Amino acid sequence: MKRILVGIKRVVDYNVRIRVKPDGSGVVTDGVKMSINPFDEIALEEALRIKERGGAEEVVIATIGPADCQAQLRTGLAMGADRALHVQADGVIEPLVAARALLKLIEREQPFLVIVGKQAIDDDNSQTGPMLAALWNRPQVTFASKVELSEGKARITREVDTGLETLEVDLPALVTTDLRLNEPRYVKLPDIMKAKKKPLETLTLASLSVEARQGLKLVKFEPPAQRQKGVRVKDAAELVEALKKKGLL
Amino acid sequence: MGAKVLIVAEHDGAKLNPSIAKSVTCARGIPDAHITIAVCARDAGAVAAQAAQLTGVNQVLKVENPANEHALAAVLAPQVVALAADCTHILGPSTTFGKDLMPRVAALLDTAQISDIMAVESATRFRRPIYAGNAIVTVEIDPARKIVGTVRTASFEAAPTGGSASIEPVSLQVPLPTHTRFISISAAKSDRPDLQTASRVVSGGRALGSADGFKILYSLAAKLGAAVGASRAAVDAGYAPNEMQVGQTGKIIAPELYVAIGISGAIQHLTGIKDARTIVAINKDAEAPIFEVADIGLVGDLFQIVPEIEKLI
Ligand SMILES: Cc1cc2nc3c(=O)[nH]c(=O)nc-3n(C[C@H](O)[C@H](O)[C@H](O)COP(=O)(O)OP(=O)(O)OC[C@H]3O[C@@H](n4cnc5c(N)ncnc54)[C@H](O)[C@@H]3O)c2cc1C
Ligand SMILES: Nc1ncnc2c1ncn2[C@@H]1O[C@H](COP(=O)(O)O)[C@@H](O)[C@H]1O
Repeated sequence: MKRILVGIKRVVDYNVRIRVKPDGSGVVTDGVKMSINPFDEIALEEALRIKERGGAEEVVIATIGPADCQAQLRTGLAMGADRALHVQADGVIEPLVAARALLKLIEREQPFLVIVGKQAIDDDNSQTGPMLAALWNRPQVTFASKVELSEGKARITREVDTGLETLEVDLPALVTTDLRLNEPRYVKLPDIMKAKKKPLETLTLASLSVEARQGLKLVKFEPPAQRQKGVRVKDAAELVEALKKKGLL
Repeated sequence: MGAKVLIVAEHDGAKLNPSIAKSVTCARGIPDAHITIAVCARDAGAVAAQAAQLTGVNQVLKVENPANEHALAAVLAPQVVALAADCTHILGPSTTFGKDLMPRVAALLDTAQISDIMAVESATRFRRPIYAGNAIVTVEIDPARKIVGTVRTASFEAAPTGGSASIEPVSLQVPLPTHTRFISISAAKSDRPDLQTASRVVSGGRALGSADGFKILYSLAAKLGAAVGASRAAVDAGYAPNEMQVGQTGKIIAPELYVAIGISGAIQHLTGIKDARTIVAINKDAEAPIFEVADIGLVGDLFQIVPEIEKLI
């Protein structure tokens, strides 16, 4: 079956203003709104559009994380994914571990395309996609803003610092999404009901023979340095004066 | 024993990217670092010569191969791994080039990566921003494995020129994949300063209303000798091209002067400008969050204020 695998990470919602715990042991996540990482919604949307155009037969979403992650998988199923895989794991899941687990799922599911976000907005690592492509020994196209598939190949445009770059890759391949790839659909209520009946399979890291290695010890968390309070000026002339005083003009 | 640091050069075939001089400064923060820059290119001569001039660089390696004409991560990664055989640290800039390549290198080396290094505390301890810069985490990495990282260039000054490192050609016997092919790149040619290195930046948001609306910014920027940036909303709406986006998922910049015009100041945008020396905000909403970080704030209509400023300077 022509299948697309999409990585979904549960993260603190992008609208939440995060706070560092006073003892520096982490950030406050209790009672904070959690969502699908925005880039993963874009990844899922792209997979669904490819399927709706007839370019794929099945869209499978996968997450590695604690039991709570199933809420985000259900949302993904409500968006339109056919099946979900939950690799149960507690504690910090580093990108290399996520990539190793996703590789095992690739070996099982044999997708022709794997789509993940360009970065998870909690740890801002931006690593999992290229790591997975390396382990899989397949092409990667990061920061995609346009994906065109043809027989055995994909032509993908990516957002790079200097503009837009287009690459052609042989399939199967891995793609990471950028913001302008698409606009994810909203989930409708009846779809949430339907999603409850869709298959969600639970696995463990151990059952995939993946070790939950932690390469980076998180020593301490701090709030960022605060900027000095600024001044208000009343018009353009005062602004220009203020800039001159600072030696900026 | 000191550290052996390999920096992977970003370049366009002719010029070394300015992010590399900043990566060198980061590398110099590692105690007793011996610093090598690898230039993988079709013809590496010109770029290698520029790399050799950066103060603190000990050695430059030229890895010439027609397959290196365009920077393709899948092609470069196995070469970097081969070059890094006796290195302790492998660094690249946290640009789209480095973000694409370095995790691929890390995975091949079976090691975790430290993304966006903003400070070096020791050979194994680094600081980096998370949650769009709303928290800073100190990480310690096991020195038993090679240490792979990307450098948050806005956190480091460029290493000065004046050095004269040795330049050596290297030929590598590693199989390179052909499954990834470069087709084209479309870069808007502009004679404005480069956004990532400019000392002054004028940025516009959704309030500019159209690509035409952005013209008043280009005009002000020309007068100031400034680069032009944009918020995501402005880029999404098609008022400005993607390479102008500043923020968590765009460019992270550290100019002397940043002028935010008609930008509300969402956390994702603020991440990109935290290191600007002076932030000026012009917004008609006195409550806009951009004013919380602005050194100089002016409440009012940008369409009136911007032309006035231009006349006054
Ligand atoms: C995953 C993710 C990543 C993101 N990454 C980025 C990123 O990298 N960079 C980024 O910028 N955003 C990013 N965003 C988007 C961000 O959350 C905001 O939506 C965006 O920055 C808003 O852009 P804006 O300030 O131009 O628009 P708005 O928020 O709409 O603000 C427009 C401002 O203009 C003011 N205004 C209107 N008319 C005038 C006038 N005539 N004169 C003066 N002022 C006027 C208004 O008062 C308002 O404050 C990201 C969002 C997500 C979810
Ligand atoms: N634990 C995880 N489970 C599923 N997908 C993940 C996980 N971690 C990362 N990913 C995917 O990899 C992308 C990049 O994440 P990161 O490398 O952490 O910035 C995310 O947008 C997800 O698509």
